[in-house]
Amino acid sequence: MKILVTVKEVAEVEDEFEISGGDIAEQYLEYDLNEWDDYAVEEAVQISEEHDDVEVVTATIGPERAEETVRMALAKGADRAVRVWDDDVESASYLDVEAKAELLAAVVEEEDPDLVLTGVQASDESNGATGVTLAEKIGFEWAAVVNQLDLDIESGVATVHRELEGGVEELTEVESPAVLTIQSGINEPRYASLRGIRQAQSKPLDLKSLEDVGLDADVLESPLAQTDMYEPESEGDATVWSGDPEEEADQLAEFLRDKGVVEG
Amino acid sequence: MTDVLAITEHRRDELRDVSLEMVTAGRDLADQTGGDLHLAVISGDVDDYADQANREGVDVIHTVEYGEEFNHDVYTQAIEQLYAELDPQYLLAPNSVNGLDYAPAVAEGLSLPLVTDVVDLEFEDGLTVTREQYGGKVETTIDVAEDHAAVTIRPAEWAQAEGDGDATIEAFDADIDEGQIQSTVTGYEEVAGGDVDISEADFLISIGRGIDEEANITLIESLVEATDATLSSSRPIVDNGWLPANRQVGQSGKVVTPDVYIAIGISGAVQHVAGMKGADTIVTINTDPNAPIWDLADYGIEDDLFEVVPALIEEFGGEVPDV
Ligand SMILES: Cc1cc2nc3c(=O)[nH]c(=O)nc-3n(C[C@H](O)[C@H](O)[C@H](O)COP(=O)(O)OP(=O)(O)OC[C@H]3O[C@@H](n4cnc5c(N)ncnc54)[C@H](O)[C@@H]3O)c2cc1C
Repeated sequence: MKILVTVKEVAEVEDEFEISGGDIAEQYLEYDLNEWDDYAVEEAVQISEEHDDVEVVTATIGPERAEETVRMALAKGADRAVRVWDDDVESASYLDVEAKAELLAAVVEEEDPDLVLTGVQASDESNGATGVTLAEKIGFEWAAVVNQLDLDIESGVATVHRELEGGVEELTEVESPAVLTIQSGINEPRYASLRGIRQAQSKPLDLKSLEDVGLDADVLESPLAQTDMYEPESEGDATVWSGDPEEEADQLAEFLRDKGVVEG
Repeated sequence: MTDVLAITEHRRDELRDVSLEMVTAGRDLADQTGGDLHLAVISGDVDDYADQANREGVDVIHTVEYGEEFNHDVYTQAIEQLYAELDPQYLLAPNSVNGLDYAPAVAEGLSLPLVTDVVDLEFEDGLTVTREQYGGKVETTIDVAEDHAAVTIRPAEWAQAEGDGDATIEAFDADIDEGQIQSTVTGYEEVAGGDVDISEADFLISIGRGIDEEANITLIESLVEATDATLSSSRPIVDNGWLPANRQVGQSGKVVTPDVYIAIGISGAVQHVAGMKGADTIVTINTDPNAPIWDLADYGIEDDLFEVVPALIEEFGGEVPDV
């Protein structure tokens, strides 16, 4: 059996930053493996450890820089990786959910997995929609926001918990092939071991262009255009207690005593 | 072609609040496009839900009787058929866990551009939406170049529609192909019970990812002890297994309404805020002046928690642990 896991390199913004040219200026960004994808990778690797003959392949849309993130997933136990990128993707003005799903669908077409795991969302763009869009595109069944997964490999039925709002979980049976979007907390993602990191260096990481996966640049055209990015005007009018830490603590303590929530 | 179709949401015999928020958002958008606002109510006791959703501003409510609870394969088919019948300009769905389980599939099936988790909708020559990025640190505006689109709207951004409505209620006879139903909901489970109920507490000290390491939690525990507060947390702390699930505040955890809520090392992501915005007084301790939590805070300290918390513990005569 083969499990495909989508892995995104996400951008994290420093505390102080500037916006230029419609995005956060590069020097204020740091890159990391998307938190939710970390859980998805772990889930796939655990399935491969529990059963024989399970191959875990990661799929990433991202520039060369993203290979560091991909190697991280390989170090944690994925077997090999595919990265889709070329000049056309690089110069796409707005890579929307539909375009991403289209590129990932082309990878699915080539890899023919039995199960696809994605993160619930990417922490930078927070669309939360790529996994389900992909499922519909490739004709797989799906379940969004999965925080427990039991896969019966024989019957191909995934018994999942979907985490709803307010501490309620939905129990659902999903027939594979399926796309499951994985919620944080489903497992305990491992740290990459030194051995894992070393092994990852020699695992296959294939770069594919649009042409390689059988697509042309039309798929990148988006009806959506991002026209502005700005810091939201603060809606808050918080009273800021300032000074050194003792002075700050002192003001907070006084407030708590005045409020009557703390005695003494 | 200028109409708006909004999909209501219900769960276990209750119409969810976001349904009435969509009436407000949908009415506002339909006023701008010059069309009608249609609602769809799918599965369960549709007549009862339709009654509840029949607020001022709704023109027509379409009911689809099929099954009891949410099933995305049923929703997807019903919405696609209703869409084909009504030909609305815009489709609205809630940006809820279930909304995200069908809206992307419907958009894909109908070849509609999709924008999710939208906090503002404007229509002039076309649709322009506003959404957040990078954990709420920035907002972006997005123009939709096509005449049609599917949009999921962020819960609790719009007010719930009030006033009784006089919408026409019409049963829609969707042709649901059972062969296409490939996932089955078998039940529900309530999680996060246990010894403490943070939703009952008057004074919560809540800790987030800023605490960095499990061992550092003792620092917060000392503060909690010295102040006789109740300890709660954001999600990553529970995901990491550092605190049990019943301590989690937020969308998927508990909704809390204490007199005082101190958020320490918590950024204020929308799913966290969903659980604590009803607190009477909100205090934040956070090094990042741009963290969205400042939008809600009444008071705050812009400093390192590892400096401030020990000082606070000392203020109240507690023991500062070595961390
Ligand atoms: C479907 C879904 C459901 C979710 N449900 C929930 C939920 O119920 N509850 C919930 O909380 N989240 C929930 N989340 C997750 C949510 O999106 C955020 O990821 C999460 O709330 C972030 O937690 P945080 O604020 O502790 O961490 P971060 O966002 O990482 O913030 C940490 C903060 O600590 C500050 N900080 C760091 N170091 C220090 C220091 N030394 N001193 C002071 N400040 C410091 C940083 O400036 C930052 O603002 C959900 C997400 C999804 C997709």
